Amino acid sequence: MQNTRGLRSQLKDSVPVTGLCPQAGTYGVPDTLRRGFSSVKNELLPSHPLELSEKNFRLNQDKMNFSTLRNIQGLHAPLKLQMEYRAARQIQRLPFLQSSNLALDTLRGSDDTIGFEDVLNDPELSEMMGDPHVMVEYKLGVL
Amino acid sequence: MATASVLQARSAGFSFENCKRNALVEANATDLGLRVPTARKTGTTICGVVYKDGVVLGADTRATEGMIVADKNCSKIHYISPNIYCCGAGTAADTEMTTQIISSNLELHSLSTGRLPRVATANRMLKQMLFRYQGYIGAALVLGGVDCNGPHLYSIYPHGSTDKLPYVTMGSGSLAAMAVFEDRYMPDMEEEDAKRLVRDAIAGGIFNDLGSGSNIDLCVISKGKVDYLRPHDEANKKGVRVNELDARPQAGSYKYKCGTTGVLTKAVTPLHTELVEETIQTMDTS
Repeated sequence: MQNTRGLRSQLKDSVPVTGLCPQAGTYGVPDTLRRGFSSVKNELLPSHPLELSEKNFRLNQDKMNFSTLRNIQGLHAPLKLQMEYRAARQIQRLPFLQSSNLALDTLRGSDDTIGFEDVLNDPELSEMMGDPHVMVEYKLGVL
Repeated sequence: MATASVLQARSAGFSFENCKRNALVEANATDLGLRVPTARKTGTTICGVVYKDGVVLGADTRATEGMIVADKNCSKIHYISPNIYCCGAGTAADTEMTTQIISSNLELHSLSTGRLPRVATANRMLKQMLFRYQGYIGAALVLGGVDCNGPHLYSIYPHGSTDKLPYVTMGSGSLAAMAVFEDRYMPDMEEEDAKRLVRDAIAGGIFNDLGSGSNIDLCVISKGKVDYLRPHDEANKKGVRVNELDARPQAGSYKYKCGTTGVLTKAVTPLHTELVEETIQTMDTS
């Protein structure tokens, strides 16, 4: 399911608390099938001070860059770019396979930079994989 | 199985999954009598000075792990680009990985622009990365190089602040090294004077700080030329104790001379052996 809301609403500015605001569960009920068991103690606080800022880092950078671009060149510039981002983000493989995101990387300019996200925890080398059937059904909304 | 949950996409980069577990283990470790392993620090003296034609960087070569010397001859002056080198103090792994990542980024950047990279670019990249991680990456760096605008020297702190100065020191021995600099620094020195000054500053750190020791490495960067002198000066040779004031080697030998212990009696018993059986086994040498 694509999140079609703007950048600001996509920010994760808190860790989900059980029963109070589960993320994107149907009817506002915690989604145990998809998120697993949850305990209040584990989810009340972030486990590391950097956890939240790292989760939102790319989003915050994009926000800053788009707002600077809007101030310099006018509204059309970030609008056009965001449209291209949205188009590039749709080029994906099947839901359980990791896609290279080459178009998205080129647009962002991260195809000629190296950071910790290229060295540590590469999703292509992850040991766990979602069950293909379940993931496709979830994507199609059949599950 | 119907109870399989749909996996959320794993994000690349740092993973904070084990932080809660680690905090729990650390809190209970003392009850169980266990010790949490410490990271290897470089506990260092690093310094740099700008002279007439360029920059001289210096570093000691000891890496410590708590109270133990982990590496007697580690290299603390890291390559960033052909005209820029960086000394690193703090957690050894952090300085190593940070300088390697910045070196790769700078290489890609210089290929993209088609020009020799500038020291200010490396400085900006480093400070932005270190600020992003709010000081959790423990890397204190001395960055020096020569580019189209002349020689530059920066000091970069783990939280991301930087200073552009003509002479800088970092590390646990920084105060000892800075004392030497404050006494003898002059603007526009010659190369030999600058090398001697940096050597003396690092030696001050080596002899007065427990976290620094072993040899002195120097890196002289000038326009179009880099001299990586490793080791420039072996201030601490293993097995040789030198008193700085006397400059005479006072290595004590703890071996006893032959004849120190007097012989009271001596009895020799020859053991006669008989040849019982002889077999030959050929080796397969094909």
